Amino acid sequence: MKVKVLYFAALREQLGTPGEDIELPSGVATVAALRAHLVSRGGTWRSALAEAKLVRAAVNQDMAKPSAAIKAGDEVAFFPPVTGG
Amino acid sequence: MKVCVQAQDFDAGAEMRALQRDPKVGAVASFVGVVREVAMTLEHYPGMTERALQKIVEEARGRWQVLDCTVIHRVGALEPTDQIVLVAVASAHRGDAFAACEFIMDYLKTQAPFWKKEAAGWVEARETDDKAAERWK
Repeated sequence: MKVKVLYFAALREQLGTPGEDIELPSGVATVAALRAHLVSRGGTWRSALAEAKLVRAAVNQDMAKPSAAIKAGDEVAFFPPVTGG
Repeated sequence: MKVCVQAQDFDAGAEMRALQRDPKVGAVASFVGVVREVAMTLEHYPGMTERALQKIVEEARGRWQVLDCTVIHRVGALEPTDQIVLVAVASAHRGDAFAACEFIMDYLKTQAPFWKKEAAGWVEARETDDKAAERWK
């Protein structure tokens, strides 16, 4: 299935892209699984998204937990903890 | 209820007066966040940011008597002393207005997708902000 993935702030800079459309292998159906899939690319993907890093996620523009399900056509975003206000 | 994410500055006085038009309003509480000491650039997630702010305002309306409310958050390049954010809440009585205003700010700090970048780099999220938001649970 295909999903749109977006990256913001420090994560966007580290990864060198604001986002991409990704065709996911079968079995990748949660936020945590998608993150692990991206980490498996290695290099900066591994260092920026490694489990020890504080990374927040949103699915279709709502804050989402790692266990949140994703389906075809979803917009999934990864970003550092927010610092507005 | 008004939620705005914008680059331009705002007139807090005018925004607060606009909340006083309803004769049922007896109290308007507000908070203005200001850039302290160093210039910064504010990035946001267009679409989600507005949506997150709306949800925070709705949550506040469910908890307190809120007659009207305005949230304005700026994005882009900001200099020291520039205004960053306005939260203004109109209620019949001050207790609701104060509480809802503080709640909205605390939730905005941890739930609304904004990120500050200074010359030294991206600003790190603070644990005290998480703690401030948690006390409303």
